Amino acid sequence: MKTTQLISIKQFCSHYDVSTTFISALQELDLIEIVITEEDEYLHARQLHEVEKMMRLHYDLHINLEGIDAISNLLKQVQDLKKENQILKNKLKTYDGL
Amino acid sequence: MAYIDYYKILGLSKNATENEIKKAYRKLARKYHPDLNPNDKTAEQKFKEINEANEVLSHPENRKKYDTYGEHWEHGEDYEKAKHQQSHQQASGSPFENYSGEDFSDFFNDMFGGRTSGRSGNQVKFRGQDFNAQLQLDLKEVYTTHKRTLTVNNKKIRITIPAGVQNGQVIKIKGHGGKGVNGGPNGDLLIEFLITNSTFFKRDGSNLYLTKDLDLYKALLGGEIVIDTMDGKVKFKVKPETQNGSKIKLKGKGFPKYKKQGEFGNLFIIFNIIMPTTLSAKEKELFTELSKLR
Repeated sequence: MKTTQLISIKQFCSHYDVSTTFISALQELDLIEIVITEEDEYLHARQLHEVEKMMRLHYDLHINLEGIDAISNLLKQVQDLKKENQILKNKLKTYDGL
Repeated sequence: MAYIDYYKILGLSKNATENEIKKAYRKLARKYHPDLNPNDKTAEQKFKEINEANEVLSHPENRKKYDTYGEHWEHGEDYEKAKHQQSHQQASGSPFENYSGEDFSDFFNDMFGGRTSGRSGNQVKFRGQDFNAQLQLDLKEVYTTHKRTLTVNNKKIRITIPAGVQNGQVIKIKGHGGKGVNGGPNGDLLIEFLITNSTFFKRDGSNLYLTKDLDLYKALLGGEIVIDTMDGKVKFKVKPETQNGSKIKLKGKGFPKYKKQGEFGNLFIIFNIIMPTTLSAKEKELFTELSKLR
């Protein structure tokens, strides 16, 4: 069975000294997923890297939440295009000389 | 060591206001921040330069020192000595105690002794830098899953390379990148695979392609041939009247599918029919006879 690692949002926010409203706002924009149990709210550990990145964009670069949303979408598109480009390059190599 | 024009880096004039410096830094940081330019070494270098320029120009004391020494910053020590003699202040008056030295140019370190403590009121925990590495492997090596030991920054890391990894594919080894700043987590190690090909096969994803020469008589009359695959030889019956450039598929004889154990792509054989040369008189006669039958 796969184990899901959860991180308490309260703990996360206190560790990074950020407001819990920031995390809620990210969830409202569907940028992250929050797991709610009877006692607390949690983040999936796999999202940690992304949340930290969004924090840096917001607090260090002063990018608002809508900007973060747009950037996340564009970065994903860039990643997808890079992958597609690599696949096409490999394909080109395959047919070169066939 | 070359003089660094921090004003030029931020695109400012020497009389820029604090607000202009802040604005210029933010604008450039948004352009070159590593989070917005993943795996871009040029942007990363540019971001370091911008940070360094901001570190100097956004702190009045640093800026004053930088402006005073200007291009003659090498004589900074003499200036400091003179200043200390005049003021007789306590010896530990330097604002640059929390020196980390990381990611700053030699120019900066020489002049300011490293990172200033000016930002300590709002110190952000930075995740460490991601390290990028390239690993060259041959197609034969990635046909099977295998383990390999790499040395990254004097540390040995044993990694598993799954069969079927693609050329240009990047795998992430978590936490093996640069150290986090101010208690932030370590970065990741990103390994890009460069797959060379010393085989006769061409690869497209999990499918392999092989051009097989076929003599005219076998192409016309059919017969058995032996085909090389990645895991050995297979016998194959060629159909009579096989055309030049025709393709056959050997199911499951291709390359392993990445992270799908036991699943393989197909091997496509493309026939290249070789015409006989230097025909004897008898052969010519027989071919002429054959041509009359059509």
